[in-house]
Amino acid sequence: MNYSRSKGIGMTLFIILLLTPIYWLLNMSFKTNREILGGLTFWPQDFTLQNYAVIFTDSSWYSGYINSMIYVSMNMTITLLVALPAAYAFSRYKFVGDKHLFFWLLSNRMAPPAVFLLPFFQLYSSIGLFDTHIAVALAHCLFNVPLAVWILEGFMSGVPREYDEMAYIDGYSFPKFFVKIFLPMIRSGIGVAAFFAFMFSWVELLLARTLTSVDAQPIGAIMTRTIGASGIDWGVLAAAGVLTIIPGVLVVWFVRNHIAKGFALGRV
Amino acid sequence: MNKVPNNRAWWLVLPVFILVAFSALIPLMTVVNYSVQDIFGPGQGYWVGTEWFKEILGNERLQDSLLRQFAFSGAVLAIQIPLGISVALMMPKSGIKASLCLILLAIPLLIPWNVVGTIWQIFGRGDIGLFGWGLNSLGVDYNYTGDTVDAWLTVLLMDVWHWTPLVALLCYSGLRAIPEAFYQAAEIDRASRWAVFRYIQLPRLKSVLVIAVLLRFMDSFMIYTEPFVLTGGGPGSSTTFLSQTLTTMAIGQFDIGRAAAFSLIYFLVVLLVSWLFFTAITHLDKEK
Repeated sequence: MNYSRSKGIGMTLFIILLLTPIYWLLNMSFKTNREILGGLTFWPQDFTLQNYAVIFTDSSWYSGYINSMIYVSMNMTITLLVALPAAYAFSRYKFVGDKHLFFWLLSNRMAPPAVFLLPFFQLYSSIGLFDTHIAVALAHCLFNVPLAVWILEGFMSGVPREYDEMAYIDGYSFPKFFVKIFLPMIRSGIGVAAFFAFMFSWVELLLARTLTSVDAQPIGAIMTRTIGASGIDWGVLAAAGVLTIIPGVLVVWFVRNHIAKGFALGRV
Repeated sequence: MNKVPNNRAWWLVLPVFILVAFSALIPLMTVVNYSVQDIFGPGQGYWVGTEWFKEILGNERLQDSLLRQFAFSGAVLAIQIPLGISVALMMPKSGIKASLCLILLAIPLLIPWNVVGTIWQIFGRGDIGLFGWGLNSLGVDYNYTGDTVDAWLTVLLMDVWHWTPLVALLCYSGLRAIPEAFYQAAEIDRASRWAVFRYIQLPRLKSVLVIAVLLRFMDSFMIYTEPFVLTGGGPGSSTTFLSQTLTTMAIGQFDIGRAAAFSLIYFLVVLLVSWLFFTAITHLDKEK
């Protein structure tokens, strides 16, 4: 067997193993509970959309998705607004304490969220933000802002300084240059940073669940409700899980070539 | 790029500084403050000094969970790093197939962590899960809710499934950065496939591997949601890792002083081990 073919087979095998658990979740989400508990079937014998219908018609279910979406988009907006100027400063200027600041930002990525759980809870309760979307959005800035600064800094350093200088000579003010000329040049970087802010805010549950109770409860916390008096409603649980996977899969195509860079805090 | 010294750049960094200080420094100071007091209620605490720290360091339950945590993180690194490298080596170099592989690999990374737990909770069950059912029908006595070893292996397998793609993606982007001329030179020298890997690919992968090891260590050391959903820390406390022990203490028992001391030790361990990894790897680099 030649070399590249055995590589192809190995790769296919790995991808299949990777997708099997997801296939099983998808398979289960289209089954009735009776079929799920009745025995093992490899595809739905009695195809039903009932599980999805439960989620889309019950406001206590779909509001979880809306809540998650709200705090994720708030977090993305805040993250980008503060990270863009900071990344520009890091990529263009030397200033007192710049290296220390950069590493202090990284150290926040190392802090276990569980450490911040109790202080966050008390901090946001004491300023009256408990159970609001903005509380979760701010808490997620802890790891998203450093990440966005690092990613954007990488992209900005790829733009030569001469552009900045040319713009000054042509009479552009700094804000006008930044918005009209600079931002369009690094738009793919902004897209990647936004994607990672979206993603890490979307997958995190520990902080999101602790900082909310009813009004801003994320979908992850609502999913635990499927455990009822009559046991677990497996079909609905599976359908809810499938729906949380879709947003990430939809946007990953746009950043496929930058994924590694994002995960590596812009260091690849 | 040559940077211009300009301290007014601080104005541009200020928003980030304030925001991160608000969500990192204030909570951290709160934790430090609690760790040296015994708290009875709001505003009622008295100074106990280092008592909590001494107690925590001697606490058996915490020592156990620390050991479990190191065993878990060690196993995670030992499996995921070699596996990730081999997957990266197997990936197609360019074209639509490469894009497809990148996207399929990324899928587990984009799933909310509690859903990862749910997927494996279902997948591993003997009655309704493909994995558990498959093992049982092969004659393997597998039950992750009852058996300690099975629970452990399931949590480990889940983490391998969840995070090996990250190592693979990092290595893949490292491999793509190697100029084609290097391979051509190796071909002229009739270098074996192993020699190509050992002397061309591996050295070039070093920087991404540092990142991969650090990220995987840090994140596996903070793991909470996935095992919490999958096993709830059981059976017994066999899969209760540090974050869960801490969360139970802080939120469940509201044992603030002890939890705060624990938090600080926990954070310091992460920083220390990350720093050790980092210096060890960069030191190796210098020796060459």
